[in-house]
Amino acid sequence: MPEAAYTSDEMMTIQAARMIRNGVTLFVGIGLPSAAANLARLTHAPDTVLIYESGTIGAKPTVLPLSIGDGELSETADAVVSIPEIFSYWLQGGRIGLGFLGAAQIDKYANINSTVIGDYNKPKVRLPGSGGAQEIAGFCGEVLITLRQNNRAFVKKLDFLTSGGYFEGGDSRQKLGLPGKGPTNVITDLGILTPDPVTKELTLTSLHPGITVEQVVAATGWPLKVAPKLDATAAPTAAELSVLRDLNERTARAHAGQA
Amino acid sequence: MSPGFPSGRAAGRGKIEALAHILSLSEAIRETVRDGDTVALEGFTHLIPFAAGHEIIRQAKRDLTVIRMTPDLIYDQLIGAGCVKKIVFSWGGNPGVGSLHRLRDAVENGWPQPIEIEEHAHAGMAAAYSAGASNLPFGMLRGYVGTDLVKYNQRIKFIDCPFTGVKLAAIPAHKPDVTVIHAQKADRKGNVLMWGVVGVQKEAVLAAKRAIVTVEEIVDDLHAPPNSVVLPSWVLSAVCEVKGGAFPSYAQGYYQRDNAFYKAWDVVARDRATFQTWIDRHVLGTKDFAEYKRSLEGATSHA
Repeated sequence: MPEAAYTSDEMMTIQAARMIRNGVTLFVGIGLPSAAANLARLTHAPDTVLIYESGTIGAKPTVLPLSIGDGELSETADAVVSIPEIFSYWLQGGRIGLGFLGAAQIDKYANINSTVIGDYNKPKVRLPGSGGAQEIAGFCGEVLITLRQNNRAFVKKLDFLTSGGYFEGGDSRQKLGLPGKGPTNVITDLGILTPDPVTKELTLTSLHPGITVEQVVAATGWPLKVAPKLDATAAPTAAELSVLRDLNERTARAHAGQA
Repeated sequence: MSPGFPSGRAAGRGKIEALAHILSLSEAIRETVRDGDTVALEGFTHLIPFAAGHEIIRQAKRDLTVIRMTPDLIYDQLIGAGCVKKIVFSWGGNPGVGSLHRLRDAVENGWPQPIEIEEHAHAGMAAAYSAGASNLPFGMLRGYVGTDLVKYNQRIKFIDCPFTGVKLAAIPAHKPDVTVIHAQKADRKGNVLMWGVVGVQKEAVLAAKRAIVTVEEIVDDLHAPPNSVVLPSWVLSAVCEVKGGAFPSYAQGYYQRDNAFYKAWDVVARDRATFQTWIDRHVLGTKDFAEYKRSLEGATSHA
């Protein structure tokens, strides 16, 4: 079978989905993380327990939710709990295995900014802010991050640290007393970055098909460490692409249809 | 007729001082919300009290401090209409669409007036409402350590656990003058039933001095299963029947979220002039929520 043509966003979402182990409890943000989580649930990881911060536990949406609390989520959930409960008993309580976040900016220790571009008091761009991101980053067993890789997003210094990854690197995360392991993979449209086991600095470990090391380095705002032996990300299969495209089409139809 | 202060709020605890009055929404807002009040219109994506927000705009309430986890379109509208002095929030976007342009214009450019912001994360807001409902001075949680929010919000502080020494974050309790929520049903005595994504509404109501609930319908019997979320009449000041009052958010069992409206709002709110035209025509130019809905149907688009 000839290799299917695909976009870099599709590559990113499909690779992010592949990193979700079947059966994991997954606290998921809206947008790219939600798309990847649902793709995983519809392909190799049908027993994944999707948890949204609206308090919907075990949601099984047939289309992607536009908001974090769409009716589609509560109608398909195993349980719907209040906001104080989802954050205190479930997330802070240590019951969630994996968190999945997007971001506007990321630094080399996988700290992320979703609050503001420019100065906080005189912002160039005011972004939505933390929502539940800083808690997800702190309390899930581990965290996946997905965002497009370029110089504006992969920065030497964050304009604002919304959610902690490895802070100053090394053991600084443990010293702050955060229980979760922290970000274990950053999946971009160019490749996969993973933290160095000791320094915790993000290191390029896998390249997506057709992407060069030079491209990734150029898209990163700090001198990017590159693993001596790079993995090659497998191209999306026709089956993965077809499930993702069906999901996106169903979603677009559902979101347009209620004017 | 003035809305009662439910028992447990005022000094005389334990005695039912007033059952909720079944009022029209305009009466309820007029008698309950005052200029300068701290107001929480809650509802997490689901059951957002849009009709009540519009009535606050129509009655030109001013200098409000507004609390909400997710400001959503409802606070974008209140801010653009000039009702808001300060906003307390934890996620200020148009869900799945992008920015709240009126919020951004106020923060970035001071239009239509400068706005003070007090920013939290979701768990901190939930803890602050729970503390308010529990008559505690502050809410407590793990987290916030090492993040920049603590540099800019002086109301996030850290304390040491007296038993283990663990460092915990503390947030002052939210104690709104008025909380407004939307729910599915009330009975004729003013007891309220809601289900689905119930967010932080119960805590927000019990934290407030006065509380208004708009409902889809008033019925003879709630037929509420045990353990479902019922807010008894005596913790509420006013109950108002406003069919469709959560539109364009949703009321589970009644209507779905109008995602197309949320997308269309991006275009309306992006520009000051289109926003002004929209709010003049559809909110200020209509007498109530039913007329607002009709005026939208008459428009070629949501704008």
